[in-house]
Amino acid sequence: MGSIAAQLFSGLSRDIKSGSSLGSVNVDLQTDATLQVDISDALSERDKVKFTVHTKSTLPNFKQNEFSVVRQHEEFIWLHDSFVENEEYAGYIIPPAPPRPDFDASREKLQKLGEGEGSMTKEEFTKMKQELEAEYLAIFKKTVAMHEVFLCRVAAHPVLRKDMNFHVFLEYNQDLSVRGKNKREKMEDFFKNVVKSADGVLVAGVKDVDDFFEHEKTFLLEYHNRVKDASSKSDRMIRSHKSKSPHCLIISTCLGKFFLKVSELFEKTRKIEARVAADEDLKLADLLKYYLRESQAAKDLLYRRGRALVDYENANKALDKARAKNKDVLQAETSQQVCCQKFEKISESAKQELIDFKTRRVAAFRKNLVELAELELKHAKGNLQLLQSCVGVLKGDT
Amino acid sequence: MAAEMEPPPLGDAGQTDFREIEDGEGFFVSTVTILESPEPSSPDPPSMPAEGISTNGPKQEDISLDDDPEDLFAEATEEVSLDSPEREPILSDGPSPAITPVTPTAMLTPRMGLGTAEMFERSLDELEEDESGDTFDMHIAVSDPEKVGTFNTTSMTIFSKNETTVRRRFSDFLGLHSKLASRYLHIGYIVPPAPEKSIVGMTKVKVGKEDLSSAEFVEKRRSALERYLMRTVKHPILLKDPDVMMFLESSELPRAVSTQALSGAGILRMVNKAADAVNKMTIKMNESDAWFEEKHQQFENLDLQLRKLHASVECLVCHRKELSVNTASFAKSAAMLGNSEDHTALSRALSQLAEVEEKIDQLHQDQAYADFYLFSELLGDYVRLITAVKGVFDHRMKTWSKWQDTQLLLQKKREAESKLQFANKPDKLQQAQDEIKELEGKVQQGEKDFELISKTIRKEVSRFEKERVKDFKVVIIKYLESLVQTQQQVQHIWVWIPIGSVVGE
Repeated sequence: MGSIAAQLFSGLSRDIKSGSSLGSVNVDLQTDATLQVDISDALSERDKVKFTVHTKSTLPNFKQNEFSVVRQHEEFIWLHDSFVENEEYAGYIIPPAPPRPDFDASREKLQKLGEGEGSMTKEEFTKMKQELEAEYLAIFKKTVAMHEVFLCRVAAHPVLRKDMNFHVFLEYNQDLSVRGKNKREKMEDFFKNVVKSADGVLVAGVKDVDDFFEHEKTFLLEYHNRVKDASSKSDRMIRSHKSKSPHCLIISTCLGKFFLKVSELFEKTRKIEARVAADEDLKLADLLKYYLRESQAAKDLLYRRGRALVDYENANKALDKARAKNKDVLQAETSQQVCCQKFEKISESAKQELIDFKTRRVAAFRKNLVELAELELKHAKGNLQLLQSCVGVLKGDT
Repeated sequence: MAAEMEPPPLGDAGQTDFREIEDGEGFFVSTVTILESPEPSSPDPPSMPAEGISTNGPKQEDISLDDDPEDLFAEATEEVSLDSPEREPILSDGPSPAITPVTPTAMLTPRMGLGTAEMFERSLDELEEDESGDTFDMHIAVSDPEKVGTFNTTSMTIFSKNETTVRRRFSDFLGLHSKLASRYLHIGYIVPPAPEKSIVGMTKVKVGKEDLSSAEFVEKRRSALERYLMRTVKHPILLKDPDVMMFLESSELPRAVSTQALSGAGILRMVNKAADAVNKMTIKMNESDAWFEEKHQQFENLDLQLRKLHASVECLVCHRKELSVNTASFAKSAAMLGNSEDHTALSRALSQLAEVEEKIDQLHQDQAYADFYLFSELLGDYVRLITAVKGVFDHRMKTWSKWQDTQLLLQKKREAESKLQFANKPDKLQQAQDEIKELEGKVQQGEKDFELISKTIRKEVSRFEKERVKDFKVVIIKYLESLVQTQQQVQHIWVWIPIGSVVGE
């Protein structure tokens, strides 16, 4: 089946210019002329996707004003990780990394289709193939959009956009030779995560001095969970919606024998239903998924701040102890000061970040919900028209 | 003939509540209303049985292990008769012990149902379909399933100027069908098949489970019975059958005993069915009439297509139900999200989204219901009907083979006779000649039978085709209208967002 997939989809390249509007769906960004990043093209090969990152900039640190490089998913992850690991950025919400391009589901379906080719009629087969292709295309566009959003967020962030790694990412036109993490590193990551979550629990237990942050903490925790819930439910809902459509397909081919018009009708309603599902997917599910990731990033920020707070308090305690024992006072003092600075720096920027996050979130939800409603209305109208005209014809036919 | 009977599902053999009162199988109480409306040339068929769907919940009376079939509970059922346009269907939600008296329909001008049936009194040689036959209007509504004692009885209401209500048990329906089948199938009439028995469903109902699935089962059965009766009375010949009349009119029917699965009759039926299947494979008929060949092929194809369609409609119903479940859970979770959102306008918007989705979920449920009752059941019915049609074709084959066999026998006898003539045995000769005469008579009869059945089948098939097309058309239009309604509702629901102004900021 690999051959079929390869034939169908190799070299699938899209001009994503129109797709870049997708990127701003979930994030309300003001891009200014000093640095504009987008993904102008993407190529899907056997098992990886190559993104063409196109930058337009008036900043002095770039050699040219406009340039493009080709990047792969691993390189995006590398960039994201470099932000996360950078202590300087502890006080900011790091834009969430784009999810890995995942075409497995599509490939499986394609394979099944190939196997079942003998058992269906020619038209059924072509119809399903077309559907699968459309699906593949949709997934493809989405993953491109996700990567683009990530880059745009970084570019829009006043501090992150100045990052060296980011510039290298944008400009260095050879392979960054970022290799995916090998097993050992993955294990390390895993353990790090475990430690982090345990720590997170600890840190969360510490009451915060600042009400604002305390409030944010509880809010985010709840919110995060609920967004996760909502997004999974909406996923399921959409999947059931999608699975309804193929049956309309079969119905339409069967009915074809007697009621041609009705079968055409079902065909069309099926297309509309599929579009409804796709739109819902786009407006609702993607929105929720994205904010799931963002709220996770925000939680991470709070965690870091909490950690810094704990460190600060520990340093205070250590300082007191040292003063009492009159040993290593200077050392304790410096460490306390460092912790204090760190903590305050984080708190400052965190506050602003969280406020921005809220603004962005509200704007994105509003936009998407409104669009969702509009689309649902549009499709309902379309469906209605179709059905009514068909009923009219059938009735008049008696 | 037994071959055409809906075979009792072999699972019947294992049913647990097969008590000494042989009505161990499920019975079904409902009220059947038969109205007659005098509309001579209305092109529309009598109100579809689908309209007769009353959404009465089944009444679950206490199960008493009382064997007495007369022990009808005093709590009356709600009577609903639906089809005349003067009356609104009385919709009730859920079982309620209140007695709602039947509001009698306006007395329709007396038009004996039999009178209209007389129009069909043509000689069977006439192959032309008479259009005026379609003026026959009889409405039957089966409603109010009620569990009575250990069995459920069905109430039916009958015509002849008035509305009559009769109570019938499910086994009565089956008994009626078996009688009609035995009488008519072998001469070529297409007898509509009766709804099937279902052990699981009936057991659940009897055990008194009030849950959704048993309610659905009862509803399913009720509408199936209604459609069955409507089809039966639409058939001009069947309507005149005294059994049908008795079924529709008399208040007490002799218990139909031969419908039980495990009885002697049931087993005999199964054996016959097996024998028939074997026979079918061995009979090789020279089809002299191309029409039959073609029709037979057509029905085979139709059967296949319908089965496929039926299967996928069922899938559709399943998926729609799933969709509604998922939408409901999404609505809940969106509501929770709205709760935890601290930006008030957005929170409000999210809760409204949750409400919207809830309504949509309800819609989906309703649509699934409609999908099922309108579309899928119709298809199921037709799949079974086609089986009946095929059975009729098989009968023709059997008749033909009988005829051929008799002919062969005659030939043999003739040869024997000529031998005897040479052998000069006068008494044996006489005997042989008598036998030959008899056989000749039989051959003639066989030929006549065959001709008859062929003619009948032709007529039946064309009537069936017409009915089918009409049926389908009506149901599909109804179904599409339900879809239309759904979409309209969807529209209303989604208009909740005055664009942009809700989440103000």
